[in-house]
Amino acid sequence: MDARLNFLEAPIVPPAGDEPPVVRLRHFTRRFGDNTILSDLNLDIAPGEFVALLGRSGSGKTTLLRTLAGLDSAEDQDVTVPNSRAVVFQDARLLPWKKVWRNVALGLRGGDIKDRALSALDEVGLAHRVDAWPLTLSGGEAQRVALARALVREPKLLLLDEPFAALDALTRIKMHRLVLDLWRAHRPAVLMVTHDVDEAVALADRILVLDAGRICAQDRIAIPRGERGELARPYREKFLRILEGSAPSDAVIPFPAGGHQ
Amino acid sequence: MSVLQKLAQSRWFSPLALLAVWEAGSRLGLIPERTLAAPSAVAETLLGMLTSGELPSNLAVSFGRVLSGLAIGVTLGIVLALVAGLSRKGEAAIDPLMQIKRTIPTLALTPLFIVWFGIGETPKIALIAFASMFPVYLNLYSGIRGVDLRLLEGARSFGLTRAEQVWHVILPGSLPSLLVGLRYSLSISILVLVVAEQINASAGLGYLINNARDFMRTDIIVVCLMVYAVLGLAADWIVRTIENRALVWRPSLVKA
Repeated sequence: MDARLNFLEAPIVPPAGDEPPVVRLRHFTRRFGDNTILSDLNLDIAPGEFVALLGRSGSGKTTLLRTLAGLDSAEDQDVTVPNSRAVVFQDARLLPWKKVWRNVALGLRGGDIKDRALSALDEVGLAHRVDAWPLTLSGGEAQRVALARALVREPKLLLLDEPFAALDALTRIKMHRLVLDLWRAHRPAVLMVTHDVDEAVALADRILVLDAGRICAQDRIAIPRGERGELARPYREKFLRILEGSAPSDAVIPFPAGGHQ
Repeated sequence: MSVLQKLAQSRWFSPLALLAVWEAGSRLGLIPERTLAAPSAVAETLLGMLTSGELPSNLAVSFGRVLSGLAIGVTLGIVLALVAGLSRKGEAAIDPLMQIKRTIPTLALTPLFIVWFGIGETPKIALIAFASMFPVYLNLYSGIRGVDLRLLEGARSFGLTRAEQVWHVILPGSLPSLLVGLRYSLSISILVLVVAEQINASAGLGYLINNARDFMRTDIIVVCLMVYAVLGLAADWIVRTIENRALVWRPSLVKA
């Protein structure tokens, strides 16, 4: 039995966690008819951890995210997710008939809803667009509103579903910086679904690769963000090889071989 | 460019020319008055009917009929569409009946309505209500069903209750469809008004037209036709005003 199989059988527990994980999945399986999308999946995400989920189209990434978001029911399965969670979708999904700040305030409970929405918009740098109609926003602006709408809820778990896939390269880099700033300020656990290896390497503490409904590889990135440029290249190449399916099993560094920063 | 050339290119030219030819034809005796009154005679009659109060009072009666019929029909249409659009059971119960109703031309029900409701105001209002219900129902129902599921899912992911989803997402999302339905309902209600008022009316525009027919007063008939046209225009204007206010968020209406 090689290291990779060993790793697959073991439950996945992040080492840094003295606190209980915010997300805990055990032997999670999801089928649509005869089609098994996710099978026997184990996943823990520690509080404040930034996890990137890589995978090709059809690997089950979105299904996993929908389960964690509570959009698909997970009855009779061993799934723990926090009640306070928020999703940013690839398409910002703003309600076009509500002004920007009302979109951010959507479904908020309690007092001074407007103030909270405005300060969240200020945080993503859109204080000047609070009264705009969503259809007048650029793609990057819409996605920033979506981020503000997610963060104003102070979620314990922030789910990002390929949030920057539709943006141009420059905007995407700005958004990466913004997401990291927001993450440092609010410290939610983040699960970001992406198919962009560079994005995953640039942002995440830990990268999971999902293939055919199973987590086939994962690694921690020990290099601090900001110093990852050249140093991250081996990770990049490794994950690209895994995604292409050409990685020999010993090339996969099983968790917890990578350190934790 | 001379004034005449400018006039010839204006969109007013052909209608004005038609009026001129019509007036000239009447004056020269080519168009007998009992076939069609001259525009000048029509204008004179219009003025007379306005000052005598004959036109305003009858118009008010017709207007009241349209409003009552529309109020009932549109309300019913909205309620039924909400029930059918928001629940599977409601859809199973209501939609087949509405589709059956759609196959019956409303005006063909006139004799039955007279038998049921007599010849007073009730059958007229009932006809208008019955006819104006369907466009609102059909458009709102399909609007509700066509609401972007991704938006609904987004709202769900933020923990909105079912009632909040309906209020914040489904209803605003189907409002454009409702307004299209309302526009159809308004024009249909005026169409049905014309026919309904032929049922033994003792007041209203239809009554004026029937009377004028008996006395071969083509000038009065033309005045009433003009009023019907103005009613149609006004109805359209009302819906467009509502749309401009309610749908300001639409890109075509948003001023950047």
